[in-house]
Amino acid sequence: MLDILMIEDEPNIAEAVRFILTREGWQVGLHSDGLGGIEAIRGTKPRLVILDVMLPHRSGTEILAELRGDHDPGLAATPVLMLTARGQASLHLPQADAVLAKPFANDDLRAMVRRMLN
Amino acid sequence: MGGSSRKHPKISLRLAKAGRGGLHCVMKQRSGSRILTGTRIRERRLALSRRQADVARAAGISAAYLNLIEHNRRPVGDHLVLRLAAALEVSAAELAEGREEAQIAALREAAVRLPDDVAPELDQAPELLARFPGWAAALIATARRADALERQLVTLSDRMRQDPYLLTTLHEVLSAVTSVRSTASILAEGGEIPPDWRQRFHANLDADSLRLSNTAQALVAYLDSFDTQDAIFTPQEEVEAWLAAGAPPVEEAGDLASDAARALARVHLRRMEDERAALPDAALAVAAEDSDPLRMAARLRQPLDLVMRRLAVLKPAGFDSAGLLVCDGSGALILRRPAPGFPLPRPGDACPLWPLFQALAAPQTAIARLVEAPSGRRFRTLSLATRLQPMGTDGPVLTQAQMLILPEEPGSPGSPDLLIGPACRICPRANCVARREPSILATV
Repeated sequence: MLDILMIEDEPNIAEAVRFILTREGWQVGLHSDGLGGIEAIRGTKPRLVILDVMLPHRSGTEILAELRGDHDPGLAATPVLMLTARGQASLHLPQADAVLAKPFANDDLRAMVRRMLN
Repeated sequence: MGGSSRKHPKISLRLAKAGRGGLHCVMKQRSGSRILTGTRIRERRLALSRRQADVARAAGISAAYLNLIEHNRRPVGDHLVLRLAAALEVSAAELAEGREEAQIAALREAAVRLPDDVAPELDQAPELLARFPGWAAALIATARRADALERQLVTLSDRMRQDPYLLTTLHEVLSAVTSVRSTASILAEGGEIPPDWRQRFHANLDADSLRLSNTAQALVAYLDSFDTQDAIFTPQEEVEAWLAAGAPPVEEAGDLASDAARALARVHLRRMEDERAALPDAALAVAAEDSDPLRMAARLRQPLDLVMRRLAVLKPAGFDSAGLLVCDGSGALILRRPAPGFPLPRPGDACPLWPLFQALAAPQTAIARLVEAPSGRRFRTLSLATRLQPMGTDGPVLTQAQMLILPEEPGSPGSPDLLIGPACRICPRANCVARREPSILATV
């Protein structure tokens, strides 16, 4: 079973994050498109989803809304960490469990993921 | 602004009550204008250097009574105003009540907007207006100008925040910086990194720093271009903002800062009214049960372009998210009401592949195309150009094209007819045959 599923379309960011989190001992899966994002979550049932807000085809907020409305209550409650490229001030993502603004420090990412997985 | 209105709770309360038009408001108004009339009588008399007793006698009242009136302790009836006006050689209207209500309200409004440490004598606003009408007018004009400038500034900063070039470029910068920062940290933190990963990270750093420097240069060039442009927002942009805000009454619309924009907005409203009269909401709603605008037009016996424009305004079921673009014969966009997610650049810019422009070359032929934006979103579009000779056969031929835009559900089957973009500068499609200038984005 996956610990973390990351949905991020920027390949270099995804690669760096996967390396960082894998080295911490977590199983990390990647999906690189808004399209098929919700299906990837349903298929892998990860313990944590890291979700980029700005994705091609479907935005992270749309995927998050669909996840929260899923008929499987366990899946609908999956913790979600949103990555955003907008200033913190303009953020309003009440359905997310945590929000991390780009660019971020690797230590912050690690600490946040550790807290959300424990 | 929040600070100063908290500072003057009495004023806002009074304005709120006046707005409701209750008894309280009537009493306040009466006392407000009574003060005015008496003061004006006194000012006029003093200006003529006449004694109270003389004027009182001429008006047929006692000097003591005039004194009470002048100090606003007695009301002045219409007949008495007439007699006093005659005695003071002015028109009764000049002394009459109610004329300056609006100006007093404007003075009070100006006072509300002052900084917290400035506290003008609000009770004496009527006095100020009567004694120094020129200064009062100057104060009102200054306050109004400050108000207009403040509104303009808010609009301007809104525009900056929504500017598609800036948003896209900043997103590029942030993405590249995020990757560079994470990757560089991994390399700097040390620890075990397999050689193939190390190599990949170095290559990624190289690619991202190149992308970063290109984007930064483009950003600087873009900001430089502001110097050479006349204004950041055009009347058309003001009208678009006004439409997006739900087209509030033209006189009260903060988005319509320029005369040109207000004129455009009025023309727009008139045309929408005419079109609603030609094709009423109810008739269109019934016809819209058929999802094909061409069949709708045939059934309604109305021109297709009218049906398209009305669909974009009324948005009946099935057309809830409809957008509309209209251009003239030169290709200049004269109306932009985009559907959600449709890639729209700054006014004056466009993607040459939009079917809207194809329609210009084939007037009176409806062109249906499924288009895909760089974001992957798809839109069903219907474009039609019409021709008009309003001055008769000797006059010019006017062409106008419009494109109705309907968003497709994400993941719908079918392949797009056309891959479109917003405008070349912010379009990531590398191998586009229609490209006319390089993109500021890393192209794919």
